[in-house]
Amino acid sequence: MRIEYFQLIDRIVDLNLADKTIRTEARVPDASTIFEGHFPGLPLMPGVLLIEAMAQTSGWLIIGLTRFTRMPFFAALKQAKLRSFVTPGQSLSLSAELLHEGSGFAMTKADIHCDGKLACNAEITFRLVEFPNPEFRANMDRMATLLEFPREALAHG
Amino acid sequence: MPSTFDTVANIISETCDIPRETIKPESHAINDLGIDSLDFLDIAFAIDKAFGIKMPLEQWTQEVNDGKATTEQYFQLNNLCTRIDELVAAKGA
Repeated sequence: MRIEYFQLIDRIVDLNLADKTIRTEARVPDASTIFEGHFPGLPLMPGVLLIEAMAQTSGWLIIGLTRFTRMPFFAALKQAKLRSFVTPGQSLSLSAELLHEGSGFAMTKADIHCDGKLACNAEITFRLVEFPNPEFRANMDRMATLLEFPREALAHG
Repeated sequence: MPSTFDTVANIISETCDIPRETIKPESHAINDLGIDSLDFLDIAFAIDKAFGIKMPLEQWTQEVNDGKATTEQYFQLNNLCTRIDELVAAKGA
């Protein structure tokens, strides 16, 4: 996790296009300037960043389902529950499933487990648009490689 | 069995907290009911689910943006319901 760069997941563990599900993992860094302010004496992973991590996990699912033809942008959040503190150094298991793919939008249900316990969950709505420009698309390709996006799943899904 | 309009009006009322009695067939979702594009995603989700269709919002929006259609053709409720009925019929064909 490169928290300051908004890279909130480390690896895509599984992408199942038939079931429309994805699993990712991330490790909260031991140190970050963010923890200096959130909070002094009690460093906690900000809840908004946990939500962003769920959104990124969902986003890669949608990118897979749309076969890199659409970029999902976070549009709405429902039923968000932050159930326990997440602290530096903890490992996170994230998952998401598609609730609905509409025309130009998609909805997912996502959660994060930490030490085997549900840490947070939410339903997220995305607007789906064409990649704004080739640079953007190329960067997403680089990110996909970095996250070990299973491109073979696109051939079988 | 409720009409397409009743189903759509109920969805809009529940999703956007708009009094049901103010929603008429001639109401324009955007201009009269004040529904914005984000709220319309929730409505589209509920309509897609209720009718087992996928409303082609991207295509409709593109047509409006290109000047090939007016928003009334897709977002005035009686017209929207006609589009929904057409999509349902196409699904069963």
